[in-house]
Amino acid sequence: MEAAAKVQRQMVRLRGRSYVAFVFVPTVPIQDWLQEIDTTIARSPGFFAGRPVVIDLSSVDLSQSGIGHLLTSLQDRNIRVLGIEGVEEGRLTPSMPPVLSGGRSCVIEPTAPKKAEAKAETKPTSLLLETPVRSGQTVIFPEGDVTILGSVGSGAEVVAGGSIHIYGALRGRAMAGVNGHTSARIYCQKIEAELLAIDGFYQTADDIDAALRGKPAQAWLQGNTMRITALN
Amino acid sequence: MAKVLVVTSGKGGVGKTTTTAALGAALAQRGEKVVVVDFDVGLRNLDLVMGAERRVVFDLINVVQGVAKLPQALIKDKRLENLWLLPASQTRDKDALTEEGVGKVIDDLRSRFDWVICDSPAGIERGASMAMRFADEAVIVTNPEVSSVRDSDRIIGMLDSKTVRAEKGERVEKHILITRYDASRAARGEMLTIDDILEILATPLLGIIPESQDVLKASNVGTPVTLSNADGAPARAYIDAARRLCGDTVPMQVPTERKGFMDRLLRRRAA
Repeated sequence: MEAAAKVQRQMVRLRGRSYVAFVFVPTVPIQDWLQEIDTTIARSPGFFAGRPVVIDLSSVDLSQSGIGHLLTSLQDRNIRVLGIEGVEEGRLTPSMPPVLSGGRSCVIEPTAPKKAEAKAETKPTSLLLETPVRSGQTVIFPEGDVTILGSVGSGAEVVAGGSIHIYGALRGRAMAGVNGHTSARIYCQKIEAELLAIDGFYQTADDIDAALRGKPAQAWLQGNTMRITALN
Repeated sequence: MAKVLVVTSGKGGVGKTTTTAALGAALAQRGEKVVVVDFDVGLRNLDLVMGAERRVVFDLINVVQGVAKLPQALIKDKRLENLWLLPASQTRDKDALTEEGVGKVIDDLRSRFDWVICDSPAGIERGASMAMRFADEAVIVTNPEVSSVRDSDRIIGMLDSKTVRAEKGERVEKHILITRYDASRAARGEMLTIDDILEILATPLLGIIPESQDVLKASNVGTPVTLSNADGAPARAYIDAARRLCGDTVPMQVPTERKGFMDRLLRRRAA
C-alpha cells in the first residue's frame, strides 16, 4: 500500500555545456584599465554586447568594496560579468557573480565586420515553381523570394530568404526571411498552414485565427510579433 | 506499346492489391494482355486475391536474381486467357530487389504484355520505390480520409521525382482512384468529399469505388471483384476505371445513397 502512495519522483536532468567567455584581467591602477576598456568600446561599439565576460582578479588585490566598485563600473559600460576568477570565495558577497575555476584558455576568433556594400551588390533573385509542393518535399531558397503556382501540401516545407508567395492553398509549413530579413512576408490564397515563420518568429496552426482559415491571407512581422491578416 | 502501371498509395490497407487484381481482370476482359506483378516481397497477398496461391513455384525474386526464367515464374489465370500473375517471394525481404534486376524483368515483361501492373507495397521504402521506378502511369489509391490523402500527396511527390521517367524529364501520368467511398457517411459529412480530395491532390480522377461487402467476399474466395460479381457497384466502377485507362470517355459515377423501400421504412421507425 505504501508503494502505491509514493509519488513518483521526477528525475532532474543535468546537462553540461561549455561556452567561450572573454576573460578580463584588471591591472592597477584600475582607473587606467577602465580607460582602456572605454577606448575598445569607442572603437567598436557592441564589441562586448551579449558576450559572456569573466574577470580574473589574480593580478590585483582588491577588497570586497573594491570588487563591488569594479563590477558597477563595468555594468555602467553595459558589460555583464558572468563569474570571477582568482579570488577566494570569502571576498565576495552573495549578490556578486560566483567564483569560477578550471577555465581553459582558447583563441577567440575575431568576427569580420559585416560589409554592408557587399550585401547591396548581390541582386535579389527569386524562385518560381509551377507545380504543387507535395507532402514530404522541402523547398529551400535562402537567396530570395519563392513563388509557387499551386498548393503546398500538409507536411511540405518552404524555406525562403525573402518572401513566400503561394497561389494556392498553404497546408504545410512556410518559413520566410530565414536570414534575418524581418520585412519578408508570406502570402497565400488559402491559409490552412501548419506553421508560419518569419525571421524565426513563428505561429502554429492553433495560433492562427479560426476565422481566417481557408481564406487568402498574409503574414508579416510587426516588431517582434507576427501578424496574420486577411488579404483583400 | 506496353504500358507499365503502378498501383500505389503510401498508406496500407487502402485497397492497392484489390485494385491491382480488379483492374488487371477488367483490362484482360477487354482483350488486353495483362500481367499483374506483386512487389510486396515478404508480405505477398496478390496471389491470394487472384486465387493462385497454390500454384506459386518461382517468384519475382528468383527471376530478379536469375535463378528462374521469367516464363517459369509467370502464372496463367484459370478464368481469363489474357491474365497472368508474377508473384512475390514470401520468404525474402525487399532488399532482395535490385534496381538493375527489376529493370531487366520489367523490360522483359514489356515485350510480352500490353499492360504490366505493379502492385506496390505500403510505405515509401525500397519495395514501393522499386515498384514505381519504371512506371509510365500510376494509379494512386486513396481513401476519403485525411491520413490517406496526405500519404497519397507524398507518393505523388515521389512519382514526380524518383521515377526513371521523372529523372529523364518526362512525366508519369497519374490518376487518383478513390476507394471505400461510403455515400451515406459522405452525406453526413463524416468523410472528406471527392472535391476536397481532388483539390488537395491536384491530380485527375480515375474512378470512385464504393465501400461494399462484395470486395471482401471476392478477396476471400480469391477472385478479382470484377469477375466475382460483375454487376455489383464496385465491379462496375472498376470496369469503368479500366475503360478510362484505355482512353475511353466514360461519365463519372459518384456513388449515392441508395435506399430501398424497406430501408426507408425501417429508418423511419427507428428514428
